[in-house]
Amino acid sequence: MSLPSKNWRLRNQRYRLVGEICEKCGAAIFPPRDVCPECEAPAQTPYVFSGRGEVYSYSTVYHPPAGFEKYAPYTVALVRLEEGPMLTAQLTDVAPEEVHIGMPVEMVTRQIQTDGDEGVIAYGYKFRPRMG
Amino acid sequence: MRDVAIIGIGQTKVGEHWEKDLRHLSLEALQAAMRDAGVEHVDALYVGNMLSGELTGQEHLGALVADFAGLRGVEAVKVEAACGSGAAALRLGYVAVAGGLADVVLVVGVEKMTDATGPEATAALAMAADADHEVAHGLTFVALNALLMRRYMYEYGYKKEDFAPFTINAHANGMNNPYAMFHMKVTPEAYARARMIADPINLLDSSPVADGAAAVVLAPADWVRGSGKPVIRIAASAVATDTVAIHDRRDPLVLEAAALSAWRAYQQADIGPEEVDLFELHDAFSIMAALSLEAAGFARRGEGVRLALDGEITPQGRIPVATMGGLKARGHPVGATGVYQVVEVVQQLRGEAGANQVPDARVGMAQNIGGSGATVITHILIRDC
Ligand SMILES: [Zn+2]
Repeated sequence: MSLPSKNWRLRNQRYRLVGEICEKCGAAIFPPRDVCPECEAPAQTPYVFSGRGEVYSYSTVYHPPAGFEKYAPYTVALVRLEEGPMLTAQLTDVAPEEVHIGMPVEMVTRQIQTDGDEGVIAYGYKFRPRMG
Repeated sequence: MRDVAIIGIGQTKVGEHWEKDLRHLSLEALQAAMRDAGVEHVDALYVGNMLSGELTGQEHLGALVADFAGLRGVEAVKVEAACGSGAAALRLGYVAVAGGLADVVLVVGVEKMTDATGPEATAALAMAADADHEVAHGLTFVALNALLMRRYMYEYGYKKEDFAPFTINAHANGMNNPYAMFHMKVTPEAYARARMIADPINLLDSSPVADGAAAVVLAPADWVRGSGKPVIRIAASAVATDTVAIHDRRDPLVLEAAALSAWRAYQQADIGPEEVDLFELHDAFSIMAALSLEAAGFARRGEGVRLALDGEITPQGRIPVATMGGLKARGHPVGATGVYQVVEVVQQLRGEAGANQVPDARVGMAQNIGGSGATVITHILIRDC
């Protein structure tokens, strides 16, 4: 379900990769969670991630859930950001057989979900191969 | 705290039950369990279920099932913890009897999944994952497990076909379970040819969407001691949690909640993994079986697959798993699975497992996993003679 109110609430993290930084221990946090997972201190200071990282693992989805049929097959990945945290996203601008663990990637903003032909389009981060 | 025994078990065949809905499935399992226990009344009913609202438009299963079963007036609630809902319901039943708040408690796990289309069921199951940060990006449950399996193969140097023994063992055992969804032998060749769902996970690595219900009746162990029948005691009941999203875990290849839950259970039962005669693990996907074996202390890190390759997970092996078919062959009606696992452990400890009987089984463990490892519930049952 791609609700307009939800898309709006998540806009900073989805469009610009805004997470948080823990003022106490310095941990960079993404997705934002308001309590530091490392030291459990409150952490609500915004922090913009560089969008660079590498592929920790990946898979190509042949049987998509409802709402993603028109994108299949597509490749998803766990991406380790250079600041430390990991996130889950789709890969783009790359053939599935070219993806490998450790591949350098960078964030781009793309359409990530639609609700039917007339429905709301949600935009957000995907990752593509990065040179050098 | 009082010792709690399982005094009755019941189950429906797992499969596609066109003619039965949630009520009928629940009724069939709970009547069988009450007959087996020899009870006509219960003090409370806990119903484990994950997706009744999403897939059938019906919530409020506590009252619904109680009413349909002629138990009107009884205390009854639905319990939800994703695919761990069945064991979560058992956990609450155990707490009620152990704490002396109820004497006879009925626990039912039920799921009705086959009225929905494939994509609908896939989307519904994904609700166990992080909606905003996993599912919104097109992740399915299979895909999340595929990410773990790919990384596991990369870190430990396994090939895809090394996972085949989990599937082959489960289906070999399912052949002898009349309640199992599938009765088909799987060969290594069939495994290698199976259709890819989310690579490297193929159809035979995955458990099927299914309908089914299973039930147990709990009572104070003292009630049944000296009755001449074997007393199947719940020696441990332990729940642990982890992050819902895989990417938030320190090391995604370690199921921390599974380890926590298992070790809490060992402590309660005052045993170690070496004393466990069989382990009904949550093999929703082959990779989950490997990670569960490692988390529960049956294999070192990266050696869960090795254990299967060495033949140690069959009924004759060191630690038999999926002894009645597991989630793959018996089937995975998600909210019912945790109760099926425990019913099967009871069958083993009573010596009623037929061709799949683990010789002299006295200590059995069941571990039910919600999501990709976010809720893990372990029960240890011991036969006292
Ligand atoms: Zn901190």
